[in-house]
Amino acid sequence: MAQLELFLQTLISGFLLGGLYALIALGMALIMGVMRVINLAHGDFMMIAMYIAYWLFTFFGLDPYLSVFVAAPALFLFGLAIQKYLLTPVMKVESILPHNQVILTVGLAMIFSNLATVLFTGNYRSTPVSYASSSWYLTDYWQNSPIELSLSMPWTFSFVIAVMITIALWMFLTKTDTGKSIRATAQDFDAALLMGVNVNWVRMVTFGIGLVLVAAAGCLFIPIYYLYPALGKQFTNVGFVITVIGGMGSTEGAIIGGLILGIFESMTATYIGMGWAPVGRFSIFVVALIFIPGGVASLLRRKRLGK
Amino acid sequence: MKKYLPLAILALLAIIPFLDLSSYVMHILVLVVMWSVIGMAWNILGGYTGQVSFGHAAFFGFGAYTAGILYQNLGISAWWGIPACVVVLTALSLVIGYICLRLRGAYFALATLALGEICRVTAENLVGFTQGNMGIMIRERTWVDKTWYFYVILLIAAITYIIIKMVMESKLGYYFVAIREDQDAAESLGIDTTLYKTISLCLSGVLTGIAGAFYMNYMGYIDPSIVFPLYDLSIVTVMVVMVGGAATYWGPIVGAVIMVFLAEEIRSLPYIGAAHQTIFGIILIFIIMFLPNGIVGDFRKLLRPFKAKKGASS
Repeated sequence: MAQLELFLQTLISGFLLGGLYALIALGMALIMGVMRVINLAHGDFMMIAMYIAYWLFTFFGLDPYLSVFVAAPALFLFGLAIQKYLLTPVMKVESILPHNQVILTVGLAMIFSNLATVLFTGNYRSTPVSYASSSWYLTDYWQNSPIELSLSMPWTFSFVIAVMITIALWMFLTKTDTGKSIRATAQDFDAALLMGVNVNWVRMVTFGIGLVLVAAAGCLFIPIYYLYPALGKQFTNVGFVITVIGGMGSTEGAIIGGLILGIFESMTATYIGMGWAPVGRFSIFVVALIFIPGGVASLLRRKRLGK
Repeated sequence: MKKYLPLAILALLAIIPFLDLSSYVMHILVLVVMWSVIGMAWNILGGYTGQVSFGHAAFFGFGAYTAGILYQNLGISAWWGIPACVVVLTALSLVIGYICLRLRGAYFALATLALGEICRVTAENLVGFTQGNMGIMIRERTWVDKTWYFYVILLIAAITYIIIKMVMESKLGYYFVAIREDQDAAESLGIDTTLYKTISLCLSGVLTGIAGAFYMNYMGYIDPSIVFPLYDLSIVTVMVVMVGGAATYWGPIVGAVIMVFLAEEIRSLPYIGAAHQTIFGIILIFIIMFLPNGIVGDFRKLLRPFKAKKGASS
């Protein structure tokens, strides 16, 4: 019974973690789909958002969940500027080495994480919210339950908000004009250009929205996680591992990939050891590369075509 | 004249130890030569074959750990790590190649990045084998003086240079460049792109690993965060080549000179020293935007302002 309890508990926490991972990966997948660029500074943007949330909490006592409304617009504008003044000009530069833009994002990541270390020191920080350690227990609702499961309150809040943001994103992409232009550009760049889509504008907006998503993820993570300057790299890795598992640039794939990775990581942490969780993350990445190079998205497509 | 330039430079470098320089200067010179070996090795894969790798720390670290583990677990001299590296790194390159070379472009870069991180985390966790975060220390150094270390790494660098020159002037080199320019076209002309990319990766990996094994012998201490870091090794390797000039013979060497001196200078400055990665990042962005082919590759572009001035005055 205890074994089952442990397994179910791990499954639940993996699922909750996966929902948040999916939010990080969605931003990356969106940017990837439209610009064919892997944003290797993704996690560092999240780190910036987390610092915004942290300082707002420390100085003004603002609840981390509410700081989404500050962090997200700030990073949106930041994203527009980076796309306009750094990424777009680099696209035109001719060079022997390909992937200049990817290397550029690595440069940005280096700058952000190092500046954060210099400015805010390498200390671990967290926002001690009042509900941080409260949770719901199964036995509270079902007295005679044979097993005991718990659901942490902040984790659940974060998960629910992540799902809401995902739904909002889906509405935005399918119902609005800008959303449709983004999807059109992702599907076929040249065709979108010919149809009169302002591709440069779409690129800027996409980068901005990608950062909004990751900023939201940051604000959702800070009540349940801790914050330090080098945290970006870890979440960048999470982001691109999910992007590869899910299928490059596919938003559905990113959600499914996020859940898979979250559960898998929880399982590795419980059954093999905390230190091995990153190895688990990368081994699932390598396995996905070898066996399903197109990611979950390719499996979905195959199913839809009835093959 | 141009033919003898490498020999002349080698001769010049060989007499440096007789100048009776301070130990610190010799240390920097050793690092410069070591970084040019790593840069040249990366250049085979990234510059000539066009497969940008963000995970060369994996090769470097594997090389260093091969030497370290031979010393720690078998009790033989860590110098045996250099020949052992050739075998170990070829095997590692074949494995990495099998996984990563089916990917193209940026995905290849990502996969190598992930493998570099896997190596670091594994080295941290396999405490029984690698000593984990405690690291491996060589208790008795071969030489106290830096002169012989300098000659050893100079020899490695000279051999690396000769290998690259020979490879790039043979059919193999043309295949590499063909793959970089257009992989599909190369394939359609009957070049087995996977095979040649694997060869390129093996060459690059083995040479980087040898530099790693040398590092173990030279510094006498390694731990996972020293030999497997992402920014301070994998990305700096890319920078060395980008600053100097990708796909040029001299680029990595020029890049290594600039980067090592810059790194030492910046780190020794008060206050700013802690921000050396920020400055590296800014340099990286600057290079990408304005000198995408590096100092050697864009040498003419760099000279242009001076030439224009001369033309105006005359």
